Amino acid sequence: MSSTHGDYLHEPKGWRSWLFTLDHKRIGVLYFWSTLAAFVLGGILAMLIRMELLTPKSDLLPADTYNKVFTLHGAIMIFLFIIPAIPAAFGNFVLPLMLGAKDVAFPRLNLASYYLYVAGTLILLGGILGGGIDTGWTFYTPYSSTTGGTVSLMVFGVFVLGFSSIFTGINFIATIHKLRAPGMNWFRLPLFAWGTYATAIIQVMATPVLGITLLLLIMERVFRIGIFDPKLGGDPVLFQHFFWFYSHPAVYIMILPGMAIISEVIPVFSRKTIFGYKAIAYSSLAIALISFLVWGHHMFISGQSQLASAVFSFLTFLVAIPSGIKIWNWLATMYKGSIKLDAPMIYAVMFLALFAIGGLTGLFLGALSTDVHLTDTYFVVAHFHYVMVGGTFIAYLAGVHYWWPKMFGRMYSEKMARLAGALVFIGFNLTFLSQFLMGSRGMPRRYASYVQDFQPMHVLSTVGSWILALGLFLILGYLLVSLRKKPDAPANPWGGATLEWETPSPPPPHNFDRTPVPTHGPYDYDREPALV
Amino acid sequence: MNWLRELLLPEQATAYAGQVDDLFLFILYISAFFFFLVTALIVFFVWRYRRRAPNERTPKITHNFKLEVVWTVIPLIIVIVIFFWGFHGYMDATVPPRDALEIRVTGKRWVWQFEYPNGARTLNELRVPLGKPVTLIMTSEDVIHSFYVPSFRIKADLLPDRYTKLWFTPEKEGTYVLFCAEYCGTGHSTMEGKIHVLSESKYRDWLERGDETTQAMPLPELGALLYQSRGCATCHSLDGRRGQGPSFKGIFGHTQRMADGKDALVDENYLRESILQPQARIVEGYQPIMPTFQGLLTEREIQALIEFIKAQK
Repeated sequence: MSSTHGDYLHEPKGWRSWLFTLDHKRIGVLYFWSTLAAFVLGGILAMLIRMELLTPKSDLLPADTYNKVFTLHGAIMIFLFIIPAIPAAFGNFVLPLMLGAKDVAFPRLNLASYYLYVAGTLILLGGILGGGIDTGWTFYTPYSSTTGGTVSLMVFGVFVLGFSSIFTGINFIATIHKLRAPGMNWFRLPLFAWGTYATAIIQVMATPVLGITLLLLIMERVFRIGIFDPKLGGDPVLFQHFFWFYSHPAVYIMILPGMAIISEVIPVFSRKTIFGYKAIAYSSLAIALISFLVWGHHMFISGQSQLASAVFSFLTFLVAIPSGIKIWNWLATMYKGSIKLDAPMIYAVMFLALFAIGGLTGLFLGALSTDVHLTDTYFVVAHFHYVMVGGTFIAYLAGVHYWWPKMFGRMYSEKMARLAGALVFIGFNLTFLSQFLMGSRGMPRRYASYVQDFQPMHVLSTVGSWILALGLFLILGYLLVSLRKKPDAPANPWGGATLEWETPSPPPPHNFDRTPVPTHGPYDYDREPALV
Repeated sequence: MNWLRELLLPEQATAYAGQVDDLFLFILYISAFFFFLVTALIVFFVWRYRRRAPNERTPKITHNFKLEVVWTVIPLIIVIVIFFWGFHGYMDATVPPRDALEIRVTGKRWVWQFEYPNGARTLNELRVPLGKPVTLIMTSEDVIHSFYVPSFRIKADLLPDRYTKLWFTPEKEGTYVLFCAEYCGTGHSTMEGKIHVLSESKYRDWLERGDETTQAMPLPELGALLYQSRGCATCHSLDGRRGQGPSFKGIFGHTQRMADGKDALVDENYLRESILQPQARIVEGYQPIMPTFQGLLTEREIQALIEFIKAQK
């Protein structure tokens, strides 16, 4: 299929056409580079943290600076990178293409969402210039209502970012409901669309709670209205309930899109129909719904009632089941497939192994008596990073390598991709496996200095972080190099069966010359492969 | 599998710790089994079903009801077992026996304060008798802290304006480390304490007579000990480095500018006042954040600290 027009990257021309674009693909690309920049910043802070922890004493950074650095690392990675990265960058770019649509349902809202993201980011980062904050990304009260620094400003930044996320969610829900190509019923939707849909529900339903909570915190700080601070008559634990009521579902805002990418990549590179389409689709929705009922598992030692803890623990185990089902489905998809280990697939299988560790270590934390010992230690830090980096970020890398040819029309060096993949895998495991060990042995988190016994594990972890960083820079390097080559990506380099592969790479501004009519399901590989 | 327990978990100083570790290891075996199963399947499939020709066709397998029931129900049963096991341990850990020795704990940035039934008080060092259940009734004076003893496998938050409880029965003599596990600011990572488990008779002696080894110590030496154990070191350096409070290096005998613009000579009386009423005069450029040590130090201990500061030339 060819187009007589230029592609979306070059048509229309001029920087204004980018800044005021309503094209979902361009907004996706703007989000892609913005979130990537945030990731690099958050990554540099992570390296600083690891450098400080190389020795037991707080020598490289004074304790106060260290506290600000880990707060910023968390806030940047969560609010500026991992929440928006997959839905806002890939969701925007790919979702309308997959549906055979010309754009999202509300293109102007989409642009507004991007500018809210930029505004929220500038406010958040502006707070650093004003001295930064040392509350941790969780903003626990009464610490956050009494400590110095630009807490109100930065919290307001997160508040604004929340609206950006809500707008994206609303847009995707409407788009999936109303803009599917003729003949594409709900069960012919690619699973990426299902995952994005489940994510959007959480974004729309949970984010307002975070917004209200943060607003209350600002009111307490600025007007001294007692809500969370006991000195003013408030209840500090109430903040934790509010905060986790958003932030636990938010964990699924972060992981569901990652799972959605894996559900695309595995069938394509196994050239086989996805196993258990409905099970995967429904398990995404099940996860989205149950995720609202488990927030109290962050608070087993917070002084909440024992009965509440028991109920939350039980529900937490229930949410493990749909995640487990997905892993079995992906494995069953590979069974009797025709598997090619290209870069996206390398990351997809890496995801399976690392996410399995992330999920299984969740069992230790869901169980009450073991959680009491492990919570607030490095075990939690490691578990969280296995899910968010080993899971979501590795899935993000699978997505980057999968859709890069579609987004920019270039192929990258497969050889370099394998090398970088190996470095990322080794570096990541070295960094975070050692943290499980120090955590189960009792090393508390958020420590600028620590007792001597933990040093060997910290050294391993820091060395791992160097290897991981090297791998990531390599990826950035060969991707940027590929942009300088001649356009060489075919419309469908991987033999995918979803609609985004039926338009040229990169696609024309209007996506499809005529509205595509899907004649087959998104994973029908029992027919002649459609390699271009 | 004792070596595994010793590799992964800290020393066990209570019977309860053993109970927690049993569940930990059970989950570990389950996890290891499933992890290796998943990894082995990945490796096997990637190798066995590698693409041999560019246009290979694959069978259309959309679902398998029996298999899906198996991989839903078996994990479900396993997690329910884990849930009840964890719940059981948690109930044991949260319901203290009635006859337990009650000790009051107050957390404040960045010290632990303990008060015993007879009115004795200590800072950062908790002494408990071997084999007797101890209940801690805990609260915080400022932000949230968390009382964490890895060797006992217990942890609970300390909240301002509220009491939380924690209990344990120490079953091994020795000294165990106490961490603050809830982030509380600058001194969070140094908000450490020690729990000394003493034999019943030693505990009684200490409670009645105080610590005899420190009673024989020369004042500056005792001061050095207190400087570490009472948390002074968190904020006051000895090498001139600026911390949350002024460094002790060369401070004695010099005049300092106060926040109210007046000058003050750092002498014995000034130091005594700074320890007992820290808010009375604040050195210029510092925040009034130091807690009072009124009632927490004996007269001799105050003198020991003053002598120690004097010696930092």
